[in-house]
Amino acid sequence: MTNHTAPVSPVSHHRHITRNSCDCKMNFSEVFKQTNQLCKVSPDGKYLATCVQYRLVVRDVSTLQILQLYTCLDQVSHMEWSSDSLFILCAMYNRGLVQVWSLEQPDWHCKIDEGSIGLVSSRWSPDGRHILNTTEFHLRVTVWSLCTKAVSYIKYPKACQKGIDFSRDGRYMALAERRDCKDYVCVFVCDDWHLLRHFETETQDLAGLEWSPNGCVLAVWDSCLEYKVLLYSLDGRLLSTYSAYEWSLGVKSVSWSPSSQFLAIGSYDEKVRILNHITWKKITQFEHPAIIDNTKATVYKEAEKRPGVGSDEMPLHNITMGATLFNTQSKYEICPLPVQIPVVKPDPDRASPKIGISVLAFSSDSRYLATKNDNMATAVWVWDMQKMSLEAVLEQTSAVRCFQWDPLRPRLALCAGNTKLYLWSPGGCVSVQVPTEGGFQVQSLNWHCSGDSLILLGKEQLCLCYMDTDQEDK
Amino acid sequence: LHQNTLDFISVKNYEISSISHVTMSPSRRNNLVSMYSFPLSKSSYSVISAFCTEDNIPQCISYINQELASLGLSSTCIEAISPGDTGLSTVPALNAMYELLQIHRRSMCNLEELEREQLRKSSTLEHIQMSNTRLKDQLELSIREKSGLHETERQLQLKIKTLQSCLKTEKDEVQKLQSVIASRASQYSHDAKRKEREAVKLKERLSQLLIDRKDKKLAIDVLNCLGRADGKRRHWKTTKATSSHEDEMYKSLLSDYEASQRSLMLENAELKKVLQQMKKEMMHILSPRQPSTRGATADDSQEQVSESHTCDASRESLDQYCEHAREQLTNSIRQQWRKLRNHVERLDSQASQAQNQLESNKEVIPRETHEDEMERMRCEVQQCREFIHAQQQLLQQQLNTSFDDETAALLNDCYTLEEKERLKEEWRLFEEQKRNFERERKNFTEAAIRLGREKKAFEEDRASWLKNQFLNMTPFTHRRRYSSSDGQSALSISNEPEIRMSSVKSQLAKSSTYTTFSTPRPSQSAPVPSTTELYRTLRLIPDSRYYSVTLLVHRVLRSGGMSIFSLGEDENSFT
Repeated sequence: MTNHTAPVSPVSHHRHITRNSCDCKMNFSEVFKQTNQLCKVSPDGKYLATCVQYRLVVRDVSTLQILQLYTCLDQVSHMEWSSDSLFILCAMYNRGLVQVWSLEQPDWHCKIDEGSIGLVSSRWSPDGRHILNTTEFHLRVTVWSLCTKAVSYIKYPKACQKGIDFSRDGRYMALAERRDCKDYVCVFVCDDWHLLRHFETETQDLAGLEWSPNGCVLAVWDSCLEYKVLLYSLDGRLLSTYSAYEWSLGVKSVSWSPSSQFLAIGSYDEKVRILNHITWKKITQFEHPAIIDNTKATVYKEAEKRPGVGSDEMPLHNITMGATLFNTQSKYEICPLPVQIPVVKPDPDRASPKIGISVLAFSSDSRYLATKNDNMATAVWVWDMQKMSLEAVLEQTSAVRCFQWDPLRPRLALCAGNTKLYLWSPGGCVSVQVPTEGGFQVQSLNWHCSGDSLILLGKEQLCLCYMDTDQEDK
Repeated sequence: LHQNTLDFISVKNYEISSISHVTMSPSRRNNLVSMYSFPLSKSSYSVISAFCTEDNIPQCISYINQELASLGLSSTCIEAISPGDTGLSTVPALNAMYELLQIHRRSMCNLEELEREQLRKSSTLEHIQMSNTRLKDQLELSIREKSGLHETERQLQLKIKTLQSCLKTEKDEVQKLQSVIASRASQYSHDAKRKEREAVKLKERLSQLLIDRKDKKLAIDVLNCLGRADGKRRHWKTTKATSSHEDEMYKSLLSDYEASQRSLMLENAELKKVLQQMKKEMMHILSPRQPSTRGATADDSQEQVSESHTCDASRESLDQYCEHAREQLTNSIRQQWRKLRNHVERLDSQASQAQNQLESNKEVIPRETHEDEMERMRCEVQQCREFIHAQQQLLQQQLNTSFDDETAALLNDCYTLEEKERLKEEWRLFEEQKRNFERERKNFTEAAIRLGREKKAFEEDRASWLKNQFLNMTPFTHRRRYSSSDGQSALSISNEPEIRMSSVKSQLAKSSTYTTFSTPRPSQSAPVPSTTELYRTLRLIPDSRYYSVTLLVHRVLRSGGMSIFSLGEDENSFT
């Protein structure tokens, strides 16, 4: 079933091949070095930029050949591609420095020094010609123009969960502001940094804001002390206020569906509430019970197995065949209901308890919603947004670190800090051993924008996983 | 217990009577006055006998009469037959005695009844006494219980009181805590605000300081400035620009609203379509059913008509987006829905009734279903059997195919051997048939020979007979006829084939002497019907057989083929 070859010829295809039971072939590249998990594919999907200490390496995604090599002044703490895939921003927060590199003109350089005021965050503006730097203590946001070298300041930015958000079309920027102990939202036109709207919000302590994908509605939520979600129109009118309950800890995460049709709100009461885009009222709520007895849901449980011991039979969902003897095999088993999900009771004395829905992710077609409840760290829940019901639960053997939807297909990739990559799709679930030497532990993952490959990030390494889509397309 | 008391009472009675007997009897002897109150009893018989003596008869009589009078029997008076005589006049004495006896019987009856009554009374008394004691016990018990309950109630009340006080204190506590929390929260928020203000002030100060210090490091170092991503030049910040931003914003908002309105319109239209269809279907369902259902009345149908009118009206106005029409539509839908619901409910109740009826004489449906189920299962079993059989066959085949070539060759040999055997058998059968056929042919020829001989004998007989006949008839027939067909010539003709045949086969030569031509010719030409008749009677049965047989033999010998039917036809044509 599974098959992989040892690393072969150098330059182009250092790939291990693994086939899984879905008959979907997976190729794995050889392992590259990386630091701070800084590894990003350009928005056009052609290049792969990685930071290794103070070096920035740009590779061709298809061949993995090094195209450019840049040397920064210090170890890079943040790296980002510009929207046109022409420039790469490297921020060195401890030095208060930002360096920008051009892919087309390797000798072009740009260095921004924030000076003694310090730097905590740096990002591109959507046009790729401006850089927004947030200084220490959130004193201000400095906007640097690469076109005119002009600098402008935005004062009183609020230090919060998500204080800045650009609309999907790159036209507007919403910024949370705090002045006179009141929360405000500023809406800027990114084109010329014109302040379009400035309005006070009905929040005690604004925690975050996010544009709807169509850019017409801004969702604003309060800090966890109060369950409050406010919806503002682009012109600053309050469209609706939603509060599910009072007194106990409130909103933990918020996510728009790509269709702008749903707003999913995850909260500390272990529930996800879905608001509709017409009345802004709750359509449904998804609970995350410890015992699943919903007959429509499929519960996939990862079962680990040591190789060599009773591995005669090859179960249906088994896909892995580790290269090394020490790797444990794992497979998914469909559990008969009801299923008990392991729950860790949070310590009530500690702040920000490990309970509630911390991650929400809609699939690209808005059909599925994946959630993670913090006190059930080993489980990922997938909800069907058409049936408004639980579709599947993936119970892992270890805590889930990261999950991300395929940008084109309803396919969810997840990792759990071990040597395996897990994939879920409506058709089933697979676990794939990453066939590399030295125990490559997947800490994080990113889909390539084409959905054909995955970038797997370990602690100091990275590896590409290519999905063989030819067979799927058939 | 009751029985015992009864016994006891009877014993007591007996004792009483015996005592009275013992005590009274001597007094009677001595004192007559005491005798007056003495009751009439059998036991006192001896006393009575002693009551009257020869000497005191008149006294006795007077006494008796007195007594009788006191008893109210003054009409009857015992008297002596004659004064001084000891005899009594019998009639009044007997009457008195009768009366006395009657009285005695009555009193006895009364006594018995009274005794019974007494018995009953005493038993009921006993019973009542018992129940009384029991009730007394119960009363005591319940009183005790009551006091216990009172005690517990008191305790509970106490508990409630303490709990209530507890609750009160708790409530107070909660309130206090709440107030504490509130005060703390306000304090916290106040402090937070103060801190925030301080922080803001600090930030201001910091930035001011940083600006004042003219931080040299704060700089951008670009090799050469970049063009804008869209290739345009940077605009000046003007009012025109700001208004254009506003315009753009509103434009995008408007487009969004338009899009959402479009989608809502579409959805609305779809929903309207569904509503209309539903309405139509409901009307369709409701209207034809109405007359058929028993419950429908004239009112209903009228309502239906008016309903449909309003429906039409609402449908007409449906396309006009006015509030009124919408209301009407929803109203009519609601009404119809109510009607439908009622109808369905009625049907439901009917169905349940029918179900109940069925329930009473059940086993009908269950048996059917059971049988169906059985049939289905049988089918399944059959299928399974077939399946197993097929599998077995396949297995067998597989096993067979798994044999090597040698066995295959062997099997082939076996088959050929079998075939050979079969052919041999067939051959044997064929031979036997052939033999049979030969035997039959032999028989035939023998029969033919035999027949030939017989025929010959017969012919000779006939010839002799004809000769005799001829000789006898000669004086009556014409001479010409005699000359044309005489017995000699006929015989000579018949001899001709014999000669021919003898050349072919000597054995058959004799049989062939009998030809068809010889005899009929003279008979045909003969004018006398008697002779033809005679011929026919003589010839018919034997001839037809002989012909067929002989000719058959001829044909077989000549050409190997034969056809009895053609021969038969030939023969018919002759006769």
